[in-house]
Amino acid sequence: MIPSAFAYSRATSLQDALIQLQSHEDAKLLAGGHSLLPLMKMRLATPSKLVDLGGLKEELRGVRREGDRLIVGALTTHSEVAHSKVVQESLPALSEAARQVGDLQVRNRGTVGGNIAHADPASDLPAIALAFDAEIVVATLDGTEVIPAHEYFLGPLLTALPEHGLVTHVSFVLPDPGTQTVYEKYPHPASGYAVVGVAAAGGVGTDGTVSHIRVAITGAGEVAYRASAVESALAGQTPTEETIRAAAAQAAADGDIAGDLFASEEYRRHLCQVYTARALRRVFASQLA
Amino acid sequence: MAEVQGIGVRVKRKEDPRLITGEGRYTEDIQLPGMLYAEVVRSPHAHARIKRIDTTAALSSPGVVAVFTGADIEGHVAPIPTAWLPPDSDIKTTAHPALAVDRVRYVGDGVAMVVADDRYRARDAAELVKVEYEPLPATADQELAMGEGAPLLHDDAPGNIAFHWRAGNATDEVFEQAEVVVRHRFRQQRLIPNPMEMRAAVAEYNRSTGDLTLYSTSQNPHIHRFLLSGVLGIPEHKLRVIATDVGGGFGAKIACYPDEALVCHAARVLNRPVKWSEDRSEHFLATTHGRDHIEDVEIAGKQDGTITAIRVRAIANMGAYLSTAAPGVPTILFGLIVPGPYRIPYAGADVYGVFTNTTPTDAYRGAGRPEATYLLERMVDLFAAEIGMDAVAVRQKNLIPSDQFPYETAMGLSYDSGNYQLALHNALETADYETLRATQAELRKEGKYLGVGVTTYVEICGLGPSQVAGAVGFQGGLWESSTVRVHPTGKVTVFTGASPHGQGEETTFAQIVADKLHIPVEDVEIVHGDTARISMGWGTYGSRTTPVGGSALAVATDRVVEKAKKIAAHMLEAAPEDVEFVDGSFQVKGIPTKSTSFHDVTLQAYLAWNLPAGVEPALEGQAFYDPTNFTYSFGTHICVVEVEAETGQIHLRRYIAVDDCGRVINPMIAEGQVHGGIVQGIGQALYEGAVYDDQAQLLTGSFMDYAMPRANFFPRFETSFTETPSPHNPLGVKGIGETGTIAATPTVVNAVMDALRPFGVKDIQMPLSPERVWSAIRNGGSAE
Ligand SMILES: Cc1cc2nc3c(=O)[nH]c(=O)nc-3n(C[C@H](O)[C@H](O)[C@H](O)COP(=O)(O)OP(=O)(O)OC[C@H]3O[C@@H](n4cnc5c(N)ncnc54)[C@H](O)[C@@H]3O)c2cc1C
Repeated sequence: MIPSAFAYSRATSLQDALIQLQSHEDAKLLAGGHSLLPLMKMRLATPSKLVDLGGLKEELRGVRREGDRLIVGALTTHSEVAHSKVVQESLPALSEAARQVGDLQVRNRGTVGGNIAHADPASDLPAIALAFDAEIVVATLDGTEVIPAHEYFLGPLLTALPEHGLVTHVSFVLPDPGTQTVYEKYPHPASGYAVVGVAAAGGVGTDGTVSHIRVAITGAGEVAYRASAVESALAGQTPTEETIRAAAAQAAADGDIAGDLFASEEYRRHLCQVYTARALRRVFASQLA
Repeated sequence: MAEVQGIGVRVKRKEDPRLITGEGRYTEDIQLPGMLYAEVVRSPHAHARIKRIDTTAALSSPGVVAVFTGADIEGHVAPIPTAWLPPDSDIKTTAHPALAVDRVRYVGDGVAMVVADDRYRARDAAELVKVEYEPLPATADQELAMGEGAPLLHDDAPGNIAFHWRAGNATDEVFEQAEVVVRHRFRQQRLIPNPMEMRAAVAEYNRSTGDLTLYSTSQNPHIHRFLLSGVLGIPEHKLRVIATDVGGGFGAKIACYPDEALVCHAARVLNRPVKWSEDRSEHFLATTHGRDHIEDVEIAGKQDGTITAIRVRAIANMGAYLSTAAPGVPTILFGLIVPGPYRIPYAGADVYGVFTNTTPTDAYRGAGRPEATYLLERMVDLFAAEIGMDAVAVRQKNLIPSDQFPYETAMGLSYDSGNYQLALHNALETADYETLRATQAELRKEGKYLGVGVTTYVEICGLGPSQVAGAVGFQGGLWESSTVRVHPTGKVTVFTGASPHGQGEETTFAQIVADKLHIPVEDVEIVHGDTARISMGWGTYGSRTTPVGGSALAVATDRVVEKAKKIAAHMLEAAPEDVEFVDGSFQVKGIPTKSTSFHDVTLQAYLAWNLPAGVEPALEGQAFYDPTNFTYSFGTHICVVEVEAETGQIHLRRYIAVDDCGRVINPMIAEGQVHGGIVQGIGQALYEGAVYDDQAQLLTGSFMDYAMPRANFFPRFETSFTETPSPHNPLGVKGIGETGTIAATPTVVNAVMDALRPFGVKDIQMPLSPERVWSAIRNGGSAE
């Protein structure tokens, strides 16, 4: 729990952060520190320098709605997301996910940008990002890059974030008005991370059949994924207990499901199905009633 | 005069404002001028020969003052002793060097200590100590370790058997002739205590006087002084151990550890203060673990529900070395309580202690008694199921009746007092047992699985009569000391040999004195945890602090009153037998106007201008109290759970605890003890468990994998007490620190098994993780 020596400086501007990041070999950005510092304390990460983003809150913090998009600044904490009225009204699933991140201290310190950059396979936000076609907005010294979520999460702690890139915002596509969005999570009893987390959204057309549906799952495997098989199984169907169950049975099909000490691969597959069914029941609650 | 907050009052904890505002003074807070920092280099291998240790790079690392290896300390730091040697057990106290010399035996075994001028530099240098290992086969499993061809840990312990201990009167015939016999194997998983404060030590040596002071995280500083004096060759009068604020121990701070001894040695050699503090990752490896038994249990009885015999053959995992109190835990503290609160004529325990390549085990909250209570209470439920009787009815039938105390058990213990039926009755009433059963039946029809679990328990606490301690091989006494110093102004300082570390005795002990002297609790200061200020003491564990330490305090306070009465009588010109102490003043019996206050007397005692003949000045009472028996707390716990069949998740709906610890000194503190105990007990039932792989590497080495129970996992606990005083100590008190841990584990598991009855599930390995429950439901039987 004693990190090795590192240099520290507080970035004065976005540009300054990018320059410092590039000019120092092994430099790392520091946001909430709740993923990076534990790794450093165990000496699993030994950056030579930390570039603290704490001074950039003016530019990189906050939530705003722009047209059909919800834009969340990288330095916005999970608590701020959870408590944001805008998020609660426009994308309740994100609010629900943020509310269930770790514990109070983690939510007060951990940031959306840090979460997306770190890309823990059991993080909650990747599921939301995939379900709502998020774009990860990245600043580099060469300019701005926009990476769609489905091209961004590549594996455990592995992303398409360019070297020396800094996530500035995450931009979610808001679903059509009237769409129910939910997040169902099974937290790990030790870490609080998702053993399985399911983000889902959907709605029915005038004929009562499912007109749009989105399901994304995190925690279950190597990387979060869109549960396309579930989506296609339910699209065009009338939401009933039976159709939901049948669709949810496909929940693990698109994932690279993995087991660990707490939950085997088999059990996780099962949980994917159970939690997907639970999420879908909530999404289509008024049709099922 | 302020209101007297004596025995029975919910006084807020005096220590809390200090502790919860960060003003406590823990070992980690000790900063001494010129202090150095130590870091222990630990083995990454579970079992290996040390071929070479190269300290050159570490020694030339910035700030490094010294590096010690096993070879360096040989002859200066003696092996770490084991201090509980159960008789007739063929115990092998194999050498436990403070730093491994030629072989490491578990992941975390110390191989070197680096001392530097700064903690970070010490840590950096520790990484530069090059140790060349030749890995050897290893095992973490005690049954495998006992078997053919298992890697041998100690040449002088063949078959890795550390000891073999037997007790009881249960013979094979008893079981052969029984109407019903139920057999089952349980595995008590290994737990990692994880007190909030980890271990730490600061040693300061004075070369000119030869005095060494050790600040340490200790539950028993006098025992540590006693043992370390031998390890270090420093006589006791030159060794001072201080442990004032200690942030929890749960048994893990009883043992004498290598690290503390090394810090003392380093301070002595370097003539500078040295600090060492464990970090959490280190704690997982280097501080004793608890439980870890394999238990084959048999219970015998009749179709009418009478239990006639119980016996267990247990294999206890002792880890790589025998820790200080470790051998007493799976033997005396476990085997002797196997028949529990029931009238069972035959009982037996047959226990192997086995060495494995794991962190040594030792006492963990409850120490042996939770293990015994678990197997008994699970077996009672399995027996009840076998004969088709309600498990509560079986308990009612077998509980020792309240008119049978003192009760001699098949194991030779004498339970001092009890009213087991009353506790059970109160718990059932609080739970509304009949309604719960009806609700359960209703919910089952809806596919919801409610379960009700019950435990009736008794525990050995108030450790204990020293004569018995000797007879069972404990290498120490178990009496307790107390000095009550009344100052001229009537304020009081108490010096106790007990060593509370979170339990609240700074308050409850003050209440005992306040009650007896009729003074405000604020006027009483409790001093503990310093061998220089307290003559002697045996510390805090085994739920002994109040029954033994509190009793010593009561006797010492009575001695104060006795002497004060003589002085008062002299002042009042009356005979001492005509004077009584009422509401804080001494008065001549029958003449309330003829009185003098406690304060007047204390002042006169010190002025000594006019003392009665034969009475010495000052006012101080001292007692060395040795109890005549253990004392036996008991009670009934009931838990209501709901199991989600779809996922195997368990939801705790209600938890009811009725405990009897004799006279309750501070109900709020007693409740707090019960709450914490329940949480730890449920931790074992549902969440916690150390897992080693087949190379004996610890897989659950951090809070990311090792699930500690959290406040939001629990419903509100419904706690209450019955009060059956202990007849043999002056306060009538028993212990309350461990009851929750002892009772909660089987209560919750019984509840879950009750919920799973429709699926034919009889038992599931703890912790009852959702996956295990889910698999058991799917398999309609045991998950493993
Ligand atoms: C006990 C505990 C429980 C947790 N439980 C959960 C949970 O249930 N669900 C969940 O989703 N998360 C959980 N987390 C993680 C938490 O959400 C973290 O806060 C988050 O993953 C990282 O955010 P941070 O701001 O702390 O990032 P930091 O730790 O500061 O940084 C993490 C990594 O991202 C990089 N980084 C940070 N910001 C940026 C940026 N803007 N651009 C590019 N790179 C950047 C850093 O260099 C570093 O490599 C938990 C953490 C802990 C300690």
